[in-house]
Amino acid sequence: MRRRRALPAGPPLRERDRRAENLTLVLLLCTTLAGAGFIALYFAKPDTQFLGAALGLALVFLAAACLVAGKRVVPQIEVEKERPELEHLQEQDEVLAVIAQGGEGVSRKRFLLAGGGAVGVLGAALLTPVLSCGPEANRILSRSPWRRGRLLVTERDEPIAAAGIVVGELVTAFPEGADKEDIASPVIVVRVRPDELDLPAERRGWAPDGLVAYSKICTHAGCAVSEYRYPLYDPTAPGPAVVCPCHYSTFSVTDGGRRIFGPAGRALPQLPIEVDGDGNLVAAGDFSGRPGPSWWGVRQ
Amino acid sequence: MSGDPQRGRELYLTGCQSCHGVDARGIPGTAPSLHGVGAASADFYLSTGRMPLDDPKSEPDRTEPAYDRKSLDDLIAYVGSLGGPSIPQVDAARASLSEGQRLFTENCAACHQVVSRGGVIAGAFVPTLLEATPRQVFEAARIGPYVMPRFGQAQLSDHELTSIARYVQYAKHPQNPGGWALFNVGPVPEGLVAWLIGLLALLLVIRMLGRNEAP
Amino acid sequence: MIRGLVRFLDERLGAAPLVKKTLQYVFPDHWTFMLGEIALYAFVVLVATGIYLTLFFEPSTEHVIYQGDYAPLRGHEMTKAFQSTLDLSFQTKGGLLLRQTHHWAANVFVAAIVLHLLRILFTGASRKPRDLNVWVGTTLFALAVFEGYAGYSLPDDLLSGMGLAIGYAVLLSVPVVGAWLAVLTWGGQFPGKEVFEPRLYITHVLVIPLVMATLIAIHLAIIVRQKHTQFPGPGRTERNVVGSALWPGYALRSLSLLFAVAGVLFLLGGLVQINPIWLYGPYHTYAATNGAQPDWYVGWLIGALRLMPPLEIHVFGYTLVPNPFFGGALFPLIVFALLYFWPALERRTSGDYARHELLDRPRDAPWRTATISAFFSWVAVVFLAGSQDQLALHFHFSYVGLVWFFRVASIVIPFIVFFLVRRAARELKETELHPLRLNR
Repeated sequence: MRRRRALPAGPPLRERDRRAENLTLVLLLCTTLAGAGFIALYFAKPDTQFLGAALGLALVFLAAACLVAGKRVVPQIEVEKERPELEHLQEQDEVLAVIAQGGEGVSRKRFLLAGGGAVGVLGAALLTPVLSCGPEANRILSRSPWRRGRLLVTERDEPIAAAGIVVGELVTAFPEGADKEDIASPVIVVRVRPDELDLPAERRGWAPDGLVAYSKICTHAGCAVSEYRYPLYDPTAPGPAVVCPCHYSTFSVTDGGRRIFGPAGRALPQLPIEVDGDGNLVAAGDFSGRPGPSWWGVRQ
Repeated sequence: MSGDPQRGRELYLTGCQSCHGVDARGIPGTAPSLHGVGAASADFYLSTGRMPLDDPKSEPDRTEPAYDRKSLDDLIAYVGSLGGPSIPQVDAARASLSEGQRLFTENCAACHQVVSRGGVIAGAFVPTLLEATPRQVFEAARIGPYVMPRFGQAQLSDHELTSIARYVQYAKHPQNPGGWALFNVGPVPEGLVAWLIGLLALLLVIRMLGRNEAP
Repeated sequence: MIRGLVRFLDERLGAAPLVKKTLQYVFPDHWTFMLGEIALYAFVVLVATGIYLTLFFEPSTEHVIYQGDYAPLRGHEMTKAFQSTLDLSFQTKGGLLLRQTHHWAANVFVAAIVLHLLRILFTGASRKPRDLNVWVGTTLFALAVFEGYAGYSLPDDLLSGMGLAIGYAVLLSVPVVGAWLAVLTWGGQFPGKEVFEPRLYITHVLVIPLVMATLIAIHLAIIVRQKHTQFPGPGRTERNVVGSALWPGYALRSLSLLFAVAGVLFLLGGLVQINPIWLYGPYHTYAATNGAQPDWYVGWLIGALRLMPPLEIHVFGYTLVPNPFFGGALFPLIVFALLYFWPALERRTSGDYARHELLDRPRDAPWRTATISAFFSWVAVVFLAGSQDQLALHFHFSYVGLVWFFRVASIVIPFIVFFLVRRAARELKETELHPLRLNR
């Protein structure tokens, strides 16, 4: 590579690199062909792979042409410059003097500046109404569509017959008539053997005949707790639990939704259920805790 | 496919009774009874090679079946003779792919992954279904093997389960119009490609463009 | 003809002196100085492909029944956002190419930023007077990560929807104000009202790109004002800068890089599939898929969330600090705070308050190199932990075992890295060997 200092004028000192020039021309030709190919393919066969290959190659050929031109065709001009002087001590003093000049003849400088604090108070005043959003947020987050007597339905809005759920099964259910995407809506209903149940005393009546229901939304970060592990044969496999596929928080289904592994900070809220006169599942009240991820208003 | 239950019993006594008992009523703490599990269960476990299992405490994984076709038929016939559901007839071609996608996502994807590439659950591995036949999918859903949940008739009718089996067939070779699909695993291999192909190629480019004098 | 153009500009703008200065602008051109340019040109590709995408994408949560080309989803109910993405992928000519190029560009963009940042830190380019630009760059880094997350969440597919739920939970977990912030952002409880999708959209296509473009302009302007750093060498001092003139060599080489970046990204966009949203299906709060991961540059956060033990802080029965705060908010806060404070920390600990225009080789500052390496190895281990489930699945390790392994590793490995790197740097400094060619 030949280099020279930049000169204002003078005879050319550099030989032309014919080979590099030819190579550049060939590469530019390839660019043109690939570009034309892209246009043709767009109309004839707009397959993603062909289009991407054609356009990508066109750009790569152009890049190669510029590379060859930039390194071998054109002269490599090396320049030396001085760096800017960054610290101007005298001018710094002059700046301060100019600013101070703006306060000439002003007698109560300090008080006026402190009065700028009034602007700060005004700003705070404008923001204060925002505070009422706090209790409002808590109210919004605590809403639940579940009530005593609310029918459980499938994703296709059909009632769920209690007898139709077999041991080891997991069913996703929603409150009849509610928005299914509301995170307080989805619940999982599982049937375990009644002898496996170990619910807290106050929830003994919440699980008719081994059927237990929990919120389907993980109390860690809000994903659907939709992995279910139920052993076909107890002694040689891990016990019944629901697991969340996001961060693998694991909750026991026999033990009131207690967290047995993972980062979730609290148990999965349990929904009390009972069987109505038609043999279908209905809610017997609201959740044991707030469904979904925690916020400050969630109490232990 | 009619096997000989007598020969099946002989094979059973050679290969299975050490865990499942001489009378196939199970050995507590080791293996369950096979009475009432049906030819469907036997077909699933044996044809996927999950049984025989060397260590009863380990997770039964899919392997090569340990028996030839005739022996499999015989064993299945023997277990079938102990009672329980028979082998289902599953005709996936007549089921709905679209329904299958919806049902699979709702019921199966959380463990098996959206295109059944498998995954983990705390305490167990979830297999891919890349080698599963429609019949095996159907059987597994009704049995709930190892720690897999079971799906009863009321929640998943035979037709719906067949649609799921149809979707599983599709998922083996899903539509990947975008190019090389990176095994349909997800963002992890995508990130690897961004660094090891995309960025690496550009590093080579700037090596050519810039200077590399030892500073 | 060129003379005519020069005269035109000079007679109207007095531009000739400026043009002359620009043409002779000096670029020290070590190849590692072009890492930032890779990011810059990836940004250009992002904006260009992004504009194209805005012509087709519909940021609406209105529900429709899909009747398009992709058979497994026919008859399914979905949002217009998801449907327009499906149509763009299956029906618009070249639509999938542009979508995938845009997504690859985002991944490569952030990767280039990380390498560029490493180069800056390892060569001591973060010292005065460039600490100011480090702040601009770090802000760009944070914005790029957030912008990518917002972008891939727009199509309302199952995978990105799960990610949005987690983002919501992290925001909710901010002490005291979290609930209010989350409800404000989403217009209610997750998944929020119809207003959230257009809000996310306008943030992604207008607000953040404008802020980033402005910051990039400032970033470049500061470099132009200060002139680029250079490695020490013959004829190079703290008060001069030696390199290639912009015209013609450097301009052509930079142009070449622009086309190379675009070319590589379009090749990836056409040949390697990324984010196949049709396989995930539309998002529902009650659905999930296993093996769910964010894009790689958010992977460090999922790793932190998975590794964190189930710690929560309660005050008078209220949950002051829910668990996701530690992994999802506190961890990135610490990492970025360290990046912002790095120039000040370096000054304090080394006692060096002078202006530096010459770079160090990494080996010339063993403590600095070791500290940066240890810090990045800490983040890298947590990042790797984010793919624990895939590691468990493919290598048949116990998931629980991996959690404990990574917890321990995230503490132990930075120390090991620190001591190994410091020792290696010292040895290389003394023996003057090339780090890869160790022939003595």
